Amino acid sequence: MAASRPGDVTSSAVAGHPLAPVPYVVRAVATETPDTTTLTLEPRATKRIPRSRPGQFNMLYVFAVGEAAISISGGNPDGQLIHTVRTTGKVTSALTRLTPGDTVGVRGPYGHGWPVADSKGRDLVIVAGGLGLPPLRPALYEVFRNRESYGRVEIIDGARSPKDLVFYDEVQGWRRRTDLRVQVTVDAAGKDWYGDVGVVTTRIPDARFEPERTTAFICGPEIMMKLTAQALVARKVSPDAIWISMERNMKCAIGFCGHCQYGPSFVCRDGPVMRYSTLEPLLNLKEV
Amino acid sequence: MTSEEGRKTIDAVAGHPFFHGFDRAFIAAICSKAVEHTFVVEDMLAVEGTTAELLYVVLEGKVALEIGAADRPRLTVQTVGPGEVLGWSWLVPPHHWRFDARALKATRAIALDGNVLRHTLSTHPTWGFQFMVRFMPVLAERLENTRIQLLDIHGR
Repeated sequence: MAASRPGDVTSSAVAGHPLAPVPYVVRAVATETPDTTTLTLEPRATKRIPRSRPGQFNMLYVFAVGEAAISISGGNPDGQLIHTVRTTGKVTSALTRLTPGDTVGVRGPYGHGWPVADSKGRDLVIVAGGLGLPPLRPALYEVFRNRESYGRVEIIDGARSPKDLVFYDEVQGWRRRTDLRVQVTVDAAGKDWYGDVGVVTTRIPDARFEPERTTAFICGPEIMMKLTAQALVARKVSPDAIWISMERNMKCAIGFCGHCQYGPSFVCRDGPVMRYSTLEPLLNLKEV
Repeated sequence: MTSEEGRKTIDAVAGHPFFHGFDRAFIAAICSKAVEHTFVVEDMLAVEGTTAELLYVVLEGKVALEIGAADRPRLTVQTVGPGEVLGWSWLVPPHHWRFDARALKATRAIALDGNVLRHTLSTHPTWGFQFMVRFMPVLAERLENTRIQLLDIHGR
């Protein structure tokens, strides 16, 4: 595997003050789940942030409320951005209350993303837990665009319950493709769910890949990523070939303030996507 | 069951991943009262609280394992599919199902008789040990998965 990594953006790409947001207008709002919303943003004027790479994040600023780091779940070359936000606090709650026409500040993109290009020629196992799918979505579409460059592609999408599955219709569309395999599972379900039930790790033994030539991208809650990585290692996938996306409380996003420090790393600058082999000792600690 | 049907049942069980590598004489012994069943969607393979004298060897389909209480909707906690086995209550007294098992899609399974299993395992300790060495990891894995569910790994 090549040592280079995508997304070497460690300072604001916006001209001028590194913390100055660029105004974007909310073009569309889609409700994913009762507490999760997908926002489609477009530049309010000619000024826009640079194009992102899969796995990077932006800082979204709700004026008079505050700023939060939100992973990028899509976009287009014309500057459109897609962000999926779950209500967890004051800022994310304000973000999910935005309506078309509202203005939001955006700065970014920041951080290291998924090593999509470096994984060409290899089997891919992509595991999403809960709201882990949106940060993986741009990587998936890049793989789809260059499908012939990869070996087997196995997608495992897990959530707490059926109502917590995001981008559900889109995932159902992926399931109809013959050039990849998609497993969807939930931790528990009611009688109206006819899909798989069981924690996401239960799908790893059934996943189809050749361990020695497999790269894995995992995104979800930390405990889910740790257990999934362990299940992949049990199937002989190298810890160096497993990438996980860390989440911490980010403030400056440019490796300056230290709010997102995780062991010797700043997640905003050194992550959010990092090698499991690097993080494994930290993930096993009760407190970092 | 005709001898031809019996041979087919033994072949099907011997070809199931759970029984891979077992002595064919052992397979034949535990299949002496085996019955192949087909279930349509919503058919019940097991009903909580009723007598459990079967070990299902799932060949095709998908089965939901459900638990519940009087004051809340039933909850599916696991699904079982081809290559897996379903049911441990035949081994553990008082041999009552501890959950409902409901077909989520058309399902084909061979039901091994619990009395035959217990008799075969106890009278042939070598086979019995081999079987338990294969069966315990299934139970351990399901226990571990239940613990992971308790961790609520998708919680926030």
